[in-house]
Amino acid sequence: MTDHSDDVAHLLLQQKIESFLYREAELLDERRYEEWLALLAEDVRYWMPMRRNVKFGELEREFTREGQDVNWFDEGKETLTRRVQQILTGVHWAEEPLSRICHMVSNVQILDVKPSASAPSEVTVKSRFLIYRNRVETETDILVGKREDVLHRIDGHWKLRRRKIVLDQNVLQVKNLTFFF
Amino acid sequence: MATGRRYRGGLVDLRTGLISREIFVNEEIYAEELERVFTRAWLFVGHESQIPKPGDYFVSSMGEESAILCRDREERVHVFLNSCRHRGMKVCRYDEGNTPVFTCPYHGWSYAADGKLVGVPFFREAYHGKLDRSQLGLVEVAQLATYKGSVWATWDPNAPGFLEYLGEFRRYLDLTLDGWDGRDGGTEVLGGVQKWLIPCNWKFPAENFSGDSYHNISHRSVDMVGIGPSGSGRRDTRERLVARRLQICFPERGHQTGVYVLPKDQPTPPAYQQSPVVSEYFKHCEEERRRRRGEWGRVTGSPGEVFPNTALHPRQPRTFAVWHPRGPHQTEVWRWYLVDSDSPPEVKDFLRQYYIRYSGPAGLTEQDDMENWNYAHAASRGTIARRYPYTYEQGMGFEVENYEWDGLRLPGSVMDITEAKSSEHNLRNLYRRWAEFMDAESWNELATWRALAR
Ligand code: FES
Ligand SMILES: [Fe+2]
Repeated sequence: MTDHSDDVAHLLLQQKIESFLYREAELLDERRYEEWLALLAEDVRYWMPMRRNVKFGELEREFTREGQDVNWFDEGKETLTRRVQQILTGVHWAEEPLSRICHMVSNVQILDVKPSASAPSEVTVKSRFLIYRNRVETETDILVGKREDVLHRIDGHWKLRRRKIVLDQNVLQVKNLTFFF
Repeated sequence: MATGRRYRGGLVDLRTGLISREIFVNEEIYAEELERVFTRAWLFVGHESQIPKPGDYFVSSMGEESAILCRDREERVHVFLNSCRHRGMKVCRYDEGNTPVFTCPYHGWSYAADGKLVGVPFFREAYHGKLDRSQLGLVEVAQLATYKGSVWATWDPNAPGFLEYLGEFRRYLDLTLDGWDGRDGGTEVLGGVQKWLIPCNWKFPAENFSGDSYHNISHRSVDMVGIGPSGSGRRDTRERLVARRLQICFPERGHQTGVYVLPKDQPTPPAYQQSPVVSEYFKHCEEERRRRRGEWGRVTGSPGEVFPNTALHPRQPRTFAVWHPRGPHQTEVWRWYLVDSDSPPEVKDFLRQYYIRYSGPAGLTEQDDMENWNYAHAASRGTIARRYPYTYEQGMGFEVENYEWDGLRLPGSVMDITEAKSSEHNLRNLYRRWAEFMDAESWNELATWRALAR
């Protein structure tokens, strides 16, 4: 008889991590921002580099560097919390009236588990996103890209500890980034 | 090209303070301004610290067109139109890098970093050796100037030199380019130039940065939430309580800025208090600046604009922005962020983080500006809407020449808004100059100060 326990542990983990990501998207799309913030570890890093067109062979220069260069986002929970608070003032004109936003999350791939799939405490997971934003009347934006997340299990709950957001654009094609990835 | 429209006293009527919406939304006027404003004025293209070594390049933009800023083997700085002389292909489609030659992807012509055409495939066979390669280098700007690290260029050989173009505004531009301790130059740009599209005419952001002191109210949400470097509001504002608040412009040049002037012997109020290291650094710099610059050290800048489309923000956050026209209804913003080159890493990092949360598409402050420009523009396009000019009447007639306060004379045409809170003095100045560019046939008419000097 073959022992499937390892496969089962991986399947269960995959299922749990996907649920986490879908629930997170749900909270954002339903504008339950404070609950979303609760999913973030206190020391979360939220980083979205800018992307340059660079010569083949120099691709290490494609992304602006975390902690050193100007990025689209490069921040922690404090600033993310301010962003949420700003939306909740009701006078943040870039999000007032509120946009209609839909996060599609797919291609969820677990890249690394520590220490093991059966007793996981840290997971590195990559996914794709498609974010649709429609606001006021006909203003519509679509943003597509990848995310690489590190999730930690803290007191029995998964928390987002690190998110790298890779948007597949050079010149940003939207006027602002008032929403979360 | 000339459409027979009259701008001065017509679409831009500064006696009444009324400016037609047509100049923002009309496609013919847009085409005309690309020609009359953007091929004749000096435009910001980048910063020398982006191209420190021979062969380094940064692909910039002038008006609607792509332009290569680069450094040749002799370390000379150049700006070229990014378009092959053979059939127009963009010779460089990277944003930045280092290269000995720019090789055109289409038929393989190659150009050295000094612009010379150095390679033509089948030169002997297909051209029978007869092509005059010396005449077919990359198209170079007519004039280029580097000033305290910043690089500027113009397509017009008859434009005055850059320092003459600036005139006395130079002293205010220095507030962005000098080190905070008052050292000449002394600034560098952080890696990464933000580029993004906003749906409005380029003049909306240009007038906002020229000195729209009236729109403070639109930033209420960020003020409530508090992202400032001392933990509240959006900037450090304690000097406002003691300083004179001025709007200063140069009617003959089209440049303008806001400034704060502290009273004599008044030390600069503390700032950047969220970090003791940063706070201490700026305190030290303030003292040094007073020592180096004397009374002028009492002046700090707020947003300004070098005509036509380069915005300055000397202090919090310290940036240059260029509003590149991309059709009458769209603007591509490029934003560079500056820090003192010699400041400690902790200071640079603190500022970098503050800059990003303040400005740019993810900036809690700038987001609301862009929403207002977007929908103001959109709501001005209608047939009926265009019949009703915008009003720029705030403070008309209250400006002062030879302004002096507490022992310091400030060059320019000055509007003291300490009590008035706001005026549209600087905005009128932007459009005054814009209208002159639109009406004038050449720089002979535009360099009015020369006539006066005669
Ligand atoms: S277009 Fe460049 S070589 Fe032909
Ligand atoms: Fe603003």
